[in-house]
Amino acid sequence: MTPVAHRPTPGSNPVETALLPEPTARQLIDAGGQLVPGAGQLPPPGVLRELYRRMVIGRRFDAQATALTKQGRLAVYPSSHGQDACQVGAVLALREQDWLFPTYRDTVAVVTRAVDPVEALSLLRGEWHCGYDPYERRVAPQCTPLATHALHAVGLAHAARLRGEDTVALVLTGDGATSEGDTHEALNFAAVWQAPVVFLVQNNGYAISVPLAKQTAAPTLAHKGIGYGMPGLLIDGNDAAAVYTSVADAVARASRGEGPTLIEALTYRIEAHTNADDATRYREGDEVAAWQARDPLTRLETYLRGAGLLDDGAAAGLQEEAERFAASVRERMNSDAASDPAEMFAHVYRTPTAQLIEQRDDLLDELRGHDDDDDA
Amino acid sequence: MTCWTNCGGMTMTTTLDHPATTARGAPAPVTMAAALNAALADALAEDERVLVFGEDVGALGGVFRITDGLAARFGEQRVFDTPLAEAGIVGTAIGMAMNGMVPVVEMQFDAFAYPAFEQITSHLAKLHNRTRGRVVLPIVVRVPYGGGIGGVEHHCDSSEVYYTHTPGLRVVTPASPADAYLLLRQAIACPDPVIFLEPKRRYWSKDRVELTTSGPGIDQAEIVRPGRDVTIIAYGGTVQTALEAAQAATDAGWDAEVIDLRSLSPVDDVTLVRSVRRTGRAVIVHEAAGFCGYGAEIAARLTERCFHHLQAPILRVTGFDIPYPPPMVERHHLPTAGRILDALARLQWDDHPDERWLGAGADRAGADRA
Repeated sequence: MTPVAHRPTPGSNPVETALLPEPTARQLIDAGGQLVPGAGQLPPPGVLRELYRRMVIGRRFDAQATALTKQGRLAVYPSSHGQDACQVGAVLALREQDWLFPTYRDTVAVVTRAVDPVEALSLLRGEWHCGYDPYERRVAPQCTPLATHALHAVGLAHAARLRGEDTVALVLTGDGATSEGDTHEALNFAAVWQAPVVFLVQNNGYAISVPLAKQTAAPTLAHKGIGYGMPGLLIDGNDAAAVYTSVADAVARASRGEGPTLIEALTYRIEAHTNADDATRYREGDEVAAWQARDPLTRLETYLRGAGLLDDGAAAGLQEEAERFAASVRERMNSDAASDPAEMFAHVYRTPTAQLIEQRDDLLDELRGHDDDDDA
Repeated sequence: MTCWTNCGGMTMTTTLDHPATTARGAPAPVTMAAALNAALADALAEDERVLVFGEDVGALGGVFRITDGLAARFGEQRVFDTPLAEAGIVGTAIGMAMNGMVPVVEMQFDAFAYPAFEQITSHLAKLHNRTRGRVVLPIVVRVPYGGGIGGVEHHCDSSEVYYTHTPGLRVVTPASPADAYLLLRQAIACPDPVIFLEPKRRYWSKDRVELTTSGPGIDQAEIVRPGRDVTIIAYGGTVQTALEAAQAATDAGWDAEVIDLRSLSPVDDVTLVRSVRRTGRAVIVHEAAGFCGYGAEIAARLTERCFHHLQAPILRVTGFDIPYPPPMVERHHLPTAGRILDALARLQWDDHPDERWLGAGADRAGADRA
């Protein structure tokens, strides 16, 4: 009797076992800043130095943005302090023709992709638009509804492939977002279409306050890859060298037409969810301290110094550069942003409808009326 | 970036060659389903950026056969089946449009489009605005909607107001085969995202007309029957019902004008206001539930804009405020010509209060409940 089957028998393809993650997270440089023996090729020294430089600038920018919330210059800011290696390593692994699909917590990644930092902070400042032109640096607007942008990345990458263009889309998400249906649909569509997409899950342990144990019963999030027929990698998300290498490998694989990759990066959010959150309500100080000891900047700095790739002078120079970057952001943000209320109506449609023109004019009349009242 | 025409004023002068039209004599009859199929085929042929995808749209040609033959003619790269996931269909369409494509996607049935609701309302409707006009999403989401086909649960919803209440979307619905062709071509050419609602009970209605891209703009209503005494406003599946009611109304001496809205968002206020100021009376007809329905918005707008011209309150003939009823009883739910005639009769022709809300009617209105 012929067995009824809609697809080849599971396990008959030896490639399938290669889709499972390794039992331990991939690490090239350990938490003490030492090379992990036999772990594989490190990125070249120039890349390692650039990873460190961008992390120093990113960390300083992140602290500046948090400070701006306290000064009332930003409405809200979700910090990525602690996730610096993911933010920087993943972005530096992209080529110019690739696209980045970030979330609200990925402003450091956006800035690392050379988007103007003040433009990148527009939404968080209280503007109605994302601030930057997505086509300029190939960075999609930072997405707030969880995982929804993953599908946009799959569509964009698939369209590139239909036209024969070599473009890979990198999706940044968090652990909580893996519970969303759109994550499932995006992974599935990407795998079925063999779309050139890299999914990087920054598993920072919490979705606001909810720990990973309440999100999933999977052994690791990387194990989800095999269910879609794509490789799942588990990596140390605080090792910038491992993040860079893993994402670069996945980009190269996608570019060769071999399909998408799911990468789970183990990391930690040192700050609260946002400035409006109180993290002491759901996690212990000991846990935070343990992760601070695994700081991605300290680790790479230790390695670079040990390898003779960084000295006190160069380190001081980087700190100064980061200070200048932060000071520039601070100064440019230190003014009351003027948003033209009439522009709220301008881009709802390609051409404003008669009704929107009517409403815009009503608002402008009302504002003129207020000015008259003030004058009186 | 592509230079987009303003679809509101779009005219196209393409010469079309359809099997459904003949070179000599009167055009052969064409169904709405065939007209939609022709519109998709012509758009695919004219613009290589156009892609058609969704569930069962490939080999099967769609459960209503609207995409029949398109995959064979244009290939699997341009007309293809997706995994069965509506958020995935709309979400990936957004990404494709960001990268220069013009996706025309199919939601299999009205109620099965709801999983895509977040993608439609949070992204499809907003990305152009969120990016200050830099990202243009010329996507058409085709949704077979409404009842009257004996469909079981979840297959007959009228979901128009969910979309019309979302700024950034255009919502259109054709009532005839000719307009199905025109409106779908206009929707595909439009730089804004368009929710294209197909009244499935009219899929098999026939017209003997040329399929052409000239006609009213995508955001214009059409007076499909001129009249002097009252304006009946309908769209999609109820336009034919309104025309039947208008014909029957002549027996009572009422000369009814019928307006096919075509575009539910934005709405063509100008055509509506001109008509109602002229006739002084209006009735709005739709299948969807009346409470907070599309007719409520139209009644409010016309009251604001035509108050001193009105001879009677604006009335609505709608479906009941119940989940869409099953085949055994759906005939009681759908607006009929008879119900429209009953509403016409209540339009204060002799200036007597509407008895529906008097006496015992006051209880119905809730007036005595305090």
